Amino acid sequence: MFDRRLIQNFDWILLLLLLTVAGISILNLYSATYQISNEVSSRVFLKQIYWFLIGFALFFLMTTFNYSALERLAYPVYFFSITLLVLVLVIGKTTSGSQRWLNLGPVSFQASELAKIAILLVLSKFFSDKGWHQKYRLRDLWQPFLLLSIPTALILKEPDLGTALLLIMVSFSIILLVKVSWKSLAILVVSVLSVAPFIWSGLKEYQQMRILTFLRPDMDPLGAGYHINQSKIAIGSGLFWGKGFLKGTQTRLHFLPEQHTDFAFSVLAEEWGFLGSVILLLLYLFLVLWGLKIAVNSKDKFGSLLAVGIVAVIFWQVAINVGMVTGLLPVVGNPLVLFSYGGSSLISTMAITGLLMNISMRRFMFQ
Amino acid sequence: MKTSDFDPASFEVFNSQIRWATIFVLVVFSVLIFRLWFLQIINGPVYRSKSENNRIRLQDISPSRGLIFDRNGKALVDNRPSYDLYIIPEEVQDQGRLLESLDGLIGLDPQSTGELLDKTSRNLPFKPVCVKRDMSRNELAVIETNRFNLPGVLVKVKQHRRYISGNLGSHLLGYLGEITEQQLRTAKYPDNKSGDLIGKSGVEWKWQTTLNGKRGGEQVEVDAAGRKIQVVSKRPPVSGSDVYLTIDKGLQTLAEKSLKGKHGAIVVMNPNNGEILALASSPSYDPNLFVGGIGKIDWERIISSEDFALQNRALTGQYPPGSIFKIIVALAGLQEGVIDPKEEIFCNGTYSLGRSNYRCWKKYGHGKVDLHRALVESCDVYFYKMGRRLGIDRIADYSKKFGLGVKTGIDVGREKSGLVPTKAWKLKRWGVPWQEGETISLSIGQSFILVTPLQMAGMISAVFDGGVLHRPRLTKRVGNARTETTHGIAADKKGFVGLKQTHLELVRDALVGVVNEPKGTGSKAKVKNIIVAGKTGTAQVVALKKKNGGRDKGEVPFKFRDHAWFVAVAPAEKPEIAIAVLVEHGGHGGSAAAPIAREIIKAYLGAQG
Repeated sequence: MFDRRLIQNFDWILLLLLLTVAGISILNLYSATYQISNEVSSRVFLKQIYWFLIGFALFFLMTTFNYSALERLAYPVYFFSITLLVLVLVIGKTTSGSQRWLNLGPVSFQASELAKIAILLVLSKFFSDKGWHQKYRLRDLWQPFLLLSIPTALILKEPDLGTALLLIMVSFSIILLVKVSWKSLAILVVSVLSVAPFIWSGLKEYQQMRILTFLRPDMDPLGAGYHINQSKIAIGSGLFWGKGFLKGTQTRLHFLPEQHTDFAFSVLAEEWGFLGSVILLLLYLFLVLWGLKIAVNSKDKFGSLLAVGIVAVIFWQVAINVGMVTGLLPVVGNPLVLFSYGGSSLISTMAITGLLMNISMRRFMFQ
Repeated sequence: MKTSDFDPASFEVFNSQIRWATIFVLVVFSVLIFRLWFLQIINGPVYRSKSENNRIRLQDISPSRGLIFDRNGKALVDNRPSYDLYIIPEEVQDQGRLLESLDGLIGLDPQSTGELLDKTSRNLPFKPVCVKRDMSRNELAVIETNRFNLPGVLVKVKQHRRYISGNLGSHLLGYLGEITEQQLRTAKYPDNKSGDLIGKSGVEWKWQTTLNGKRGGEQVEVDAAGRKIQVVSKRPPVSGSDVYLTIDKGLQTLAEKSLKGKHGAIVVMNPNNGEILALASSPSYDPNLFVGGIGKIDWERIISSEDFALQNRALTGQYPPGSIFKIIVALAGLQEGVIDPKEEIFCNGTYSLGRSNYRCWKKYGHGKVDLHRALVESCDVYFYKMGRRLGIDRIADYSKKFGLGVKTGIDVGREKSGLVPTKAWKLKRWGVPWQEGETISLSIGQSFILVTPLQMAGMISAVFDGGVLHRPRLTKRVGNARTETTHGIAADKKGFVGLKQTHLELVRDALVGVVNEPKGTGSKAKVKNIIVAGKTGTAQVVALKKKNGGRDKGEVPFKFRDHAWFVAVAPAEKPEIAIAVLVEHGGHGGSAAAPIAREIIKAYLGAQG
């Protein structure tokens, strides 16, 4: 049964924001992989266009049903994603020391992306079943913690520190939003700080190295600190107006590492300067604030919490990636959401923003 | 579908939480934007220059070193191409196999080459590594024919200094060597960098800045792997200027040939302006050995030998002048009025002072001699007497007027000043007063007095050029022959001996007699149709008790034998060439040195018509 109000309530601003970021991303990827007479690089740029097309298809697919249906599907999706994460560890494809990929025929699939969606769904469902007035104490939160810790542990085992971290931060964003008592919050912070040394010793050597390098980037400018230094040089050398499209020397001469994935933002900052990078950041800021507005306007608690979770996924990824490439945070290896090259992350992001659109479209549909 | 749980109070709670979240988001984005402002605006210029440094490499282009020619434009030193073998590590497919085949083809040591490659390739895989300098023609041919089998191998051409005739003029031309740390620290080599070859001696040293030219360079854009992308800007090098010497290549060759197998020096000068036509020192060395770093074996062979091949004897060899000093004593005596040219002295072969007897070289004496005969036959007794009349300090004064005891000021090469003893010098140096007997020895150019062959050439020139003392010089002009912008170097009068022309005339007549009159000691320098004037000299190396015995070569070990001197000019009536010849341990000047001068005069004046 098709409802005319769905068209009337279509969130054009959300779509426009996504299209703008996608457009800048493709332009930037073209530059990041631009090389005179190099076919490989032009393939990267074309592939990203295909990914965006698939992503937008999925985006619209995600608006066709009422998101409330997902409340019932939350736990099945969650258990399915846990199964996939276990499968990855058993039969997954190993690239550069980490097992992250599932080979599904022609497509490789990163199972942790589905886990991201799954954790959003189960936490939204868990808290929407409770009332708004409740102040949660620690003992009320053992269930969400358990729900979080299983996929987190599996992802850490791959190991994929970046995604595990994102999972934790997104979950805590939801938990904090439903109001936790100050006492519980204090206990939580203290306990996190006290396990930090154990987490440190559990990290791989290259992960420890990255954090150490972050603290002292000049320690080894040609070794581990190289990425951060070259990224800062790329960004800083853009000055206000930038060096111009396709004219970033750090990018074109390959001083910048991973320029089409993790350090795509540095390419933009070098070529479009302070102006271009701030415009992109303001687009993300607007997207996040718009998402929070969708959360406020949602007609039910599940929708509000799900919207907050989706916004948190976008927000934390932007903060971590831009913080990383500007040298504010250690190199954890997160791509810039919607902007870096990479199919798996883009597809899952487009899927969840589709859900955000779904929530926005159905904001006035009281029965 | 779940029932709506809308209720305004609960929304109030949620909204306040969202407000906190919004504030948090705004704060985080502000931090990020502030960070960008800090990197791109505040520190932007610093990062911009760092990105330029990343991208731009400066590559030097060495200028081509100026050439050295003789006075007639015949090349003495030029540059030849040298073929250096390079390997680009990134382009090598199988390093082990490549090194193996290079070992087989040109005998390149695989182990040390491998280490060299590994060291550079780690950071800059596209930077060519030099593995062999200056390949021979054969090696080059072998590499070129097998080029298709040797991926990553590159041959670069560089300029290599070549001393065209090997040993010819080695002392005056000098040699090249790598610039030292100390030299780099001085401001004298503004155009040179570590690793450059610069002149270490001779003309190469003196005209280093002129010959060197100006280094060019290009700014090359490279990528992170060191691969050359494009040339951003280029400043071409400026070739060094050429240097034209006063040397006559043919005469130089002859001079060196006549010293072959001997130790000694020859200076040939234009007596009218001080231009050096030939400057030979024997033994010599091959400056080509020094280019590109002299091998240890070669260096030790040159250094350890008692030949002192690196020493330029014409400028730094200090010898007693022997009888050629009589020219100065004669002129001093005339000027001071203690010699009357008509006065005759009787020489019986011995001159006595107190209990000592000073002998004439002619055992039974010359009989009655006046000034003319005393010079022609080189009578010692005559000059013992005249020397005593003058006294040591007056002899010293006139010696200095002829430029002895000080450096001549020649424009190229390090020289020594020789020594003119005085009473004051003796007291200061040895702490004992001057002995009268020493004046006697000094009157015939023995004992303390020391001169260089160059000083003697200047002295004889002055006698024949009316008393003018020219500053000797080796450089005729410098400049670039191709651009015709040469500029000459003017003759330079260093001084005037200040003697009466009639006195000079008397001595000149006597010196013509030395060669041309019967009983003249320099008769072996006589040339048909050309009037040669000259003076022989024999410098004692050790004072033998029986002086006459010392002249007999057979009895004396080589290193105690006397040095043979001969100075000459020709043609005497209008001199064009002045010569000083010294043969170490050669024996008597008249027999060992005079024939050499004769050949040079014959060749030079004969060739001129």
